[in-house]
Amino acid sequence: MSNTMSTSGHAGFISARMLLFWSGIIALCAWVLVPIYLVALGALGGRAGAYQWPKNLLPNDISLQPFILFLKTEGVFQSFLNSLGAAGITVALSIALGAPAGYALARYNFRGKDSYRLLVLLTRAFPLAILALPLTVSYIRLGLYDTVLGVGLIHTVLALPFAALVTQGIFLGVPRELEEAAWVFGCTRIQAFFKIVAPLALPGLVATAVFAFVISWNEVFAASVLTVRHRTLTAYLLTVLSESPMHYRFAGGLMLILPSVVFIFAVRRYLFAIWGVSSK
Amino acid sequence: MANIVIDNIKKSFGAFQALKGVSLTIKDGEFVSLLGPSGCGKTTLLRIIAGLETSTSGDIRIGDKSVIGLPPKDRGLAMVFQNYAVFPHMTVYENVAFGLRMQKADDARVKKQVEKAAGLLHIEAYLDRYPNKLSGGQRQRVAVARALAVEPGVLLMDEPLSNLDALLRLEMRTELKTVLQEAGTTTIYVTHDQTEAMGLSDRIAVVHDGRIEQVGTPVEVYNHPATRFVGGFIGNPPMNFITMPVTNGQVAAGSQRFAVPAQGGEIVLGLRGETVERAPTGQGLDMEVRVAEPMGSHLLLTGSILGQPARVILPATETVKNGETVGLALDPKRLTWLSPESGVSYPAAA
Ligand SMILES: Nc1ncnc2c1ncn2[C@@H]1O[C@H](COP(=O)(O)OP(=O)(O)OP(=O)(O)O)[C@@H](O)[C@H]1O
Ligand SMILES: [Mg+2]
Repeated sequence: MSNTMSTSGHAGFISARMLLFWSGIIALCAWVLVPIYLVALGALGGRAGAYQWPKNLLPNDISLQPFILFLKTEGVFQSFLNSLGAAGITVALSIALGAPAGYALARYNFRGKDSYRLLVLLTRAFPLAILALPLTVSYIRLGLYDTVLGVGLIHTVLALPFAALVTQGIFLGVPRELEEAAWVFGCTRIQAFFKIVAPLALPGLVATAVFAFVISWNEVFAASVLTVRHRTLTAYLLTVLSESPMHYRFAGGLMLILPSVVFIFAVRRYLFAIWGVSSK
Repeated sequence: MANIVIDNIKKSFGAFQALKGVSLTIKDGEFVSLLGPSGCGKTTLLRIIAGLETSTSGDIRIGDKSVIGLPPKDRGLAMVFQNYAVFPHMTVYENVAFGLRMQKADDARVKKQVEKAAGLLHIEAYLDRYPNKLSGGQRQRVAVARALAVEPGVLLMDEPLSNLDALLRLEMRTELKTVLQEAGTTTIYVTHDQTEAMGLSDRIAVVHDGRIEQVGTPVEVYNHPATRFVGGFIGNPPMNFITMPVTNGQVAAGSQRFAVPAQGGEIVLGLRGETVERAPTGQGLDMEVRVAEPMGSHLLLTGSILGQPARVILPATETVKNGETVGLALDPKRLTWLSPESGVSYPAAA
């Protein structure tokens, strides 16, 4: 960055800015990473590590053993799979249904557009607790009770309003003229959507998917009410953990955190690949 | 083959009437410019022809077939958008190739056409780049190349050279003209720039406030503007308008007499500033010169004639002092007479 022409005062200014920049980055990383680190330490330190005081902050006597032991506990792995299943259904459905709704909101003017938007948001104002009983009854009737699909559907209901409103913003960000240019140069509306709009909206759509994933992954109330044996991880941990030893709780916590981190890490390229800012 | 008939097109956005009945016929292979001030409806008309906007009423025929209701891709045309609309997630090469790829052209033809169009617009060096790494003028040229690459029967261009520097614009203008003429492309060309319109066009359509005020060859439009608006809009300096009294069907300017198409009352003289000649005062019209500006190639005089503001041009060899009164002889063949009420000009005298 520094070149031979710059005066020492200029260089000093730059290094001060760099210092500020990097301390900001370090603070932000620490904000996220330190709790995860502590949880991981508790999960991997075994019974002794979890109760030890003062805490040993260095990863000295850790092993995967306690965590693997936890994984082998009856029901943990299955509920983990259930959670993944429910989250997968939620992501797929909220994108498949929410994105077209968002596209319509972004591109077309129709009567009642604003009320429609408000209505979409209002669905979130309705407390789930009141719905719990009738929902359970109808789920039993429909054969959805105690199934992963049932949980996925109810999580879709929770995620869909956000998916529609967020994707509306994303599609608004794709200039209409680009689509029109595609029409003029030989595309049908559908072709133009997949050739022009979808690639440009991809980062935003991926962010929406992350959002839907996290909503489903973290949701505990509906999952607890609507399942008995096929619990999601959150619902399972809620019932089991209060009676578990400390390092089991840490292990459960770690397991709740990790998939989101892995998922976001896996799609990070799309999150950051915003055209015009950086294109590879 | 690809002639265009625009038949009484009207377009309203809510209560606002953007086009108030536009009719225009463009022959196959003709180059017509739409020239008019900002907001007069040029882009709206192009978008209706392209099928991106629906007209409130009226008909558009391309190649003698009505295209109302047809999607843009079935109208057999290409367009250069005012704001370029270059696809940001494709390289310049893929942008230029886009229309050909949609026509399922084979790779060899795509390559040939892209290189031809890119060469014409001097963008060969950027073919691998993404548009966000290009300047505005470079992007604009990509947009033009994309339209030329498909060799359309009808080409709509919305201010395609507005963002280029004067030198490059002049060069592109000439090359565009040559290429389109060779290919026999029917072209509608929107511009603000009257010198561009004059230089390029077979005919110019002057648009004002949602209407076409006049259609004609550049020379017709310049010499015999149909309305006061056209005369004032075209030409630099704009046409002078001088209201004069009529007696017995004649107007007197000093010792010069002109028969005019009115019997009495008043008439407006439309006078191109460069059509006058210096004469002794009292022989033609006298001008009180406020400022005389030697421009190198000519002498520009600003002042008043019969108490009305005027600008005229004399040869650079003349010398005039500020505040001087100069006599100007008029050329009867180059005068335009307009009705003072409607602002419409009378047909050119025989
Ligand atoms: N979608 C729209 N909704 C409402 N009004 C519009 C719309 N599009 C254009 N207009 C109006 O129609 C008029 C003509 O617009 P248009 O874009 O055709 O002008 P223009 O001649 O191309 O101007 P410029 O030279 O500045 O590009 C303007 O007054 C504009 O405000
Ligand atoms: Mg315009």
